[in-house]
Formats: sequence, structure tokens, C-alpha cells
Amino acid sequence: MEVKKPSKAGTMESNDIYVMLMPNPKGGIEINLQSIVMKQFGEEIERVILETLKELKVENVIVNAQDKGALNYTVKARIETATKRAMGQESK
Amino acid sequence: MKRLRRTMLFMPGNNPGMLQNAGILGADSIILDLEDAVSLTEKDSARILTREAIKNIDYINVEVVVRVNPFDTEFAKEDIDVIARVKPDALMIPKATEEELEAIDKILTTIEVEESFEKGSIKLLPIIETAYGVENVYNIIKSSDRIVGVLLGGEDLTSDLGIKRTKEGEEIFYARNRVAIACKAMKVDSIDTPFTDTNDFEGLEKDTRKAKSLGLTGKAAINPRQIDTIHYVYAPNAEEIKYAKRVLEAMEEAESEGKGVFSLDGKMIDAPVINRAKNTVELAMLLGLM
Repeated sequence: MEVKKPSKAGTMESNDIYVMLMPNPKGGIEINLQSIVMKQFGEEIERVILETLKELKVENVIVNAQDKGALNYTVKARIETATKRAMGQESK
Repeated sequence: MKRLRRTMLFMPGNNPGMLQNAGILGADSIILDLEDAVSLTEKDSARILTREAIKNIDYINVEVVVRVNPFDTEFAKEDIDVIARVKPDALMIPKATEEELEAIDKILTTIEVEESFEKGSIKLLPIIETAYGVENVYNIIKSSDRIVGVLLGGEDLTSDLGIKRTKEGEEIFYARNRVAIACKAMKVDSIDTPFTDTNDFEGLEKDTRKAKSLGLTGKAAINPRQIDTIHYVYAPNAEEIKYAKRVLEAMEEAESEGKGVFSLDGKMIDAPVINRAKNTVELAMLLGLM
């Protein structure tokens, strides 16, 4: 799956993660994560983002994410939503 | 164990904080909402988040219901397909008609077979919120074996009728009556419309007592703070429990003496009174009140 255009999902509210995806001209996956629990969970959140992108077969993308304490299932859901929106599978 | 459905708490389907705490707020059922609580541009987001929540969160003994979008919208089919596959306890269908419920029943059967779920395991709760719904509630309940109860939607109903919705609720008296009776006739639950002033607990108690007195078996809540009040109204009080126990004791005594009919406190006790006493005792035991 190719990320054809920028997209976003999630909110800045507590327990959520705001993610923005855009095409990566350099190729590969680049993750820029800010989190209120960066020290404790930063690695785990990045792991879930990578795992979700892998499942969706996304190989080239820039992910900018602002986390406000999202659990894994929320990270997964928001990345999936943003990815589908970036495919041109619009809000349906 | 018989499942209670005294309260059904609405939770917005696009809000992770609320989805993950929904199970511990004390309601008998939670309704994860993909409809009115979610804006049109976020329907996809809510659907995926709710799906992941159901897959990953253990809601323990709480019944998990998802309110999908109305069947005639572009969102509904995708809602049903995605959510059914993670096996919620039930789907709640807004403005449901007999035809729509039959169609949804078939879709669920197909999904249950594909996913190897027990056939009929995903239940349905239609919302009665139009004049047509109120008049046809009996047929609507008959349209599918999956239907375990019905929610009365007072706000949409009064909107459909072009009348004012009030706290006193006189305008929905007939609708409450009709829904309560039809549901009882078909042996399913009847859930009253939510009380929308979340700061008025006296009003909530009055409204809940009104619903209970007409035979509605439970009430929807739109704020966790409403749950305790609704449960209080729907629990038998100490006097009711004491009387019920006395009725059953008197019944046993009469049976042992070979008497068919008996009286208690000068009042003749017949089958309906005995049944009510049995239900009271059963509920009291379930609630740990005796």
C-alpha cells in the first residue's frame, strides 16, 4: 500500500494519539513521536506503530505523532485510520 | 446467571478514554456509539477504534452493545460488517423497521457462519424513535429472533411528532405504555429513553420511577453519574423484600396444610401476587440484598 497523500487521525485529548502521515520521498518509515510518557512508553508506542504499518503493508511513510497517553489498541486504531485515509479510502 | 439490564450507558465510540473505562462505571450494559456521538467526518475513525476496543479490552461482566448508524446511511453496512466480526453482545439499530431488521439478521447469520460464531449469538436491540416505530413495535420485535429488548428514543420521537420534549414526559406517556406492553407480551426488555438533564438527580429519580411504574424494565443513561439513581429505583426496597418473603412463607405453610388459596394481612394471595413475590426475592438475591 502506498501513502499517496497526507492524512491525519486521532485527537489531542487525554488517552488519545494524534497522528499525521505523509509520503516519504526518501523511502522507508520515519517516525517522529512526541509523548507525555516518552521515557516509559516511547519505545512501545513506536513498536506498535511499526507493527501496524507492517500489517497494512506500508513501506514508505513519514509518521508525526503526538501522544497523550494512548494505550496500544488506540495507537493501532489511529494509525490504521490515517493509513486508510491516505490511501484515498475516504471517511466512509 | 440471569443478566440484568437495568441500565444501558451510552459511550462515544471515538473517545478512547471513555471506551476503556466504560466497563467499570457500574452499568449493566454499555452502548458504544457510532451514531449520534460521532461526527460525519469521524465515522471511519470511531468504527476502527471501537473495533479495537472490543478486541482488546476485557469488559468483564458488562454487556457490550454497539449502536451502529441507521441502515439507510452509507456507514451502516461497514459498521455492521466490521463490528459483528469482533463479536459484541448486541447491535443497537436506530429507527429500525421490520424490513431492515430482517436484512440485518441475515447479514449477521452470514457473518456468524464465516467467523464460526455460535448462530444467533449476536443479539439486536432496535430503537423505537419514530411514530411508525411506536405503532409497529410489536411487529418490529417479531421480525427477528435476535431481538432481546427495545430502546425507546424520546428525543427523536418527539422530533418526529413535531412536539416539545419535557421533563415531566406526558407527551411520551402513550409511547412508554405501548412499548412496555408490547415488550412484555413478546418477553423482551423495554429500556426507557434517557433523562437528559445530567445535573437534576431528583428529576432523574422521578422520571425513572414513572418508567418503572409503567412496566419499562430498565433505563438508558447518558452520564455515569446517573447509574446509581437508576439502580436504586429498580432495586426492591427492604419493605418490598420483607413482604415478598412473608408471601412465600405463607404460601409454603398453606401448601403443607393442603390449602390452595390463602390470605395474608387480610388480603387474598393468588398467582400474580406469588409471582411478583418470587421475582422480588430473585432480584434481591441477585443484587445481594438478601
